[in-house]
Amino acid sequence: MTTAQQTAATRSASDTRRVRRRGRIGQALIYLSLVIASLVVLLPLSVVFLTSLKTSKEASDGGALSLPGNWLNFSNYGTAFSDGAMLTAFGNTAFILLFSISGTVIIGSMTAYAIDRFHFRAKKLVMGLFLIATLVPGVTTQVATFQVVNSFGLFDTRWAPILLYMGTDIVSIYVFLQFIRGIPVSLDEAARLDGANSFTIYRKIIFPLLKPAIATVVIIKGITVYNDFYIPFLYMPSQELGTVSTALFRFKGPFGAHWENISAGAVLVIIPTLVIFLFLQRYIYNGFAQGATK
Amino acid sequence: MTKTTEVASVNTHRAATSRPSTKASGTSHPHGRRAWGQLLRRATPWLFLAAPLVLLITFTYVPVGNMIYYSFTDWDGISPDRNFTGADNYVQIFTRPELFRVFFVSFYYLAASVAQIAIALYFATVLSFDLRFRNLFKGLLFFPYLINGVAIGFVFLYFFQDGGTLDSVLSWFGADTDHAWLGDPESANTSLAGVSVWRFTGLNFVLFLGAIQSIPGELYEAAQLDGATRWQQFRHIIAPSIRPVLSLSIILAISGSLAVFEIPYIMTGGATGTSTFVIQTVKLAFQFNKTGLASAAAVVLLMIILLITWIQRRLVPDEKVDLV
Repeated sequence: MTTAQQTAATRSASDTRRVRRRGRIGQALIYLSLVIASLVVLLPLSVVFLTSLKTSKEASDGGALSLPGNWLNFSNYGTAFSDGAMLTAFGNTAFILLFSISGTVIIGSMTAYAIDRFHFRAKKLVMGLFLIATLVPGVTTQVATFQVVNSFGLFDTRWAPILLYMGTDIVSIYVFLQFIRGIPVSLDEAARLDGANSFTIYRKIIFPLLKPAIATVVIIKGITVYNDFYIPFLYMPSQELGTVSTALFRFKGPFGAHWENISAGAVLVIIPTLVIFLFLQRYIYNGFAQGATK
Repeated sequence: MTKTTEVASVNTHRAATSRPSTKASGTSHPHGRRAWGQLLRRATPWLFLAAPLVLLITFTYVPVGNMIYYSFTDWDGISPDRNFTGADNYVQIFTRPELFRVFFVSFYYLAASVAQIAIALYFATVLSFDLRFRNLFKGLLFFPYLINGVAIGFVFLYFFQDGGTLDSVLSWFGADTDHAWLGDPESANTSLAGVSVWRFTGLNFVLFLGAIQSIPGELYEAAQLDGATRWQQFRHIIAPSIRPVLSLSIILAISGSLAVFEIPYIMTGGATGTSTFVIQTVKLAFQFNKTGLASAAAVVLLMIILLITWIQRRLVPDEKVDLV
């Protein structure tokens, strides 16, 4: 009995000490895990960055982790631009981005306005149509979507991806819908008393107030479109219609084992994303969190 | 085109016809202008919805309808004639082992998403406490999710090369491997699934972190006063409040593992047993011109995903479903 009590007492004393020590060790382990995770993220990327600065000889002879001889050797980037058609690719991507984003913003906000501010019989049905469409994964239906796009004569034009990006974006409708609910209806009513019609209310009152939601949609949509590979790959096979993704994908053939060129291309594609991320971090976290939980 | 558009038009029609009958007194009023105004008001939402609905129906519902129709034919995607073949395409998918085998590749990605969710959960918990360089770590963990898929594919092709980054790093630790990482099906699929963990952990992480940070701080303080350990805090405060996001992530993970396309297509082109269901479907449709068979495959995938979503809605009925 007494021995048991004694051991219990000593155990509790050593327990508190252990807890404190464990706290410090735990803290160290947490930092260690964070550092390891950061290395896992950074290592593959930095190796590619290093490779992009190497000469052809350095890239094929030296090990993957060796350093480039000349840190300012940007000739591979030149090759990527000249032979890899990256300039056209950035142009095409910018064109598609401009139209599909403005389209998405206009269409999404109009839909949200109609659904939130009007009462009509088929409202449930319309909502259901949009809701069910979120469940249909785009990749699976491309077999048949292709035929639809083709029948419009849009195959191998930049309008094919633009229309597809505009027409299948349900996430942004939800972002707008959520936001528009927070805009008091009294604003609409006041304007209506002043003689404004629905379209004027949408254009002059609702749309300007949607700015934060528009920012979210522009960011999510922009990054998704910029990164998309499947749709441009499927609908724009022409060399001169390459987007950032498909042009980079085509590096695989002509540059074969020239990893210094392929790396330069990959870095070129990553840099705009990195810049945008560094400047708009907070919006990006919120945007993607909002977009994904819809 | 058709079934869905018909349904839609029938419904709007019904809405339009049933309305006047209930408000017949209103329309028979002497003021014709008011009737016109009422009609206009009733049409207004449809003016706003016209463009979105046309796009939605043309690019989602018409393809789905057509796809179901094609799946019962032997169409090659080009020729004007097609024969009705009944359920033959579906029979082929489930009986020809080389077509069915691709389903098993999904298990690699499913296992990967379990790891991914666990990793994301761990780092979200850790970074929800006050730590030094918190924003830096948060940014580093999330950034891969934003990177272009083709760029990621190339980055990791180089990473897994013979004598590439991975081999070099392993050799530091004395593990000299002459292993061709993308050389045999098992290790190739594992490597590709690893890339998908690298790519997508960031999204789960940010979702979890957001959910955890929306927990009021007083809860932790109260728990700490009561002498709760970090594990207890996680178990009783954090875990319950991230359940909706967690269940969403699991659904996304399952349907995501079935619909894997980009990473394996870019990195291996589906060679050495890394072909996934979507890669196979795309190849059937656009390389071998078997639109009928490919459509059947796509319908099967769609059905599975709808089934999974339905099960999830059943199991967790009240979470974030009300979108109206």
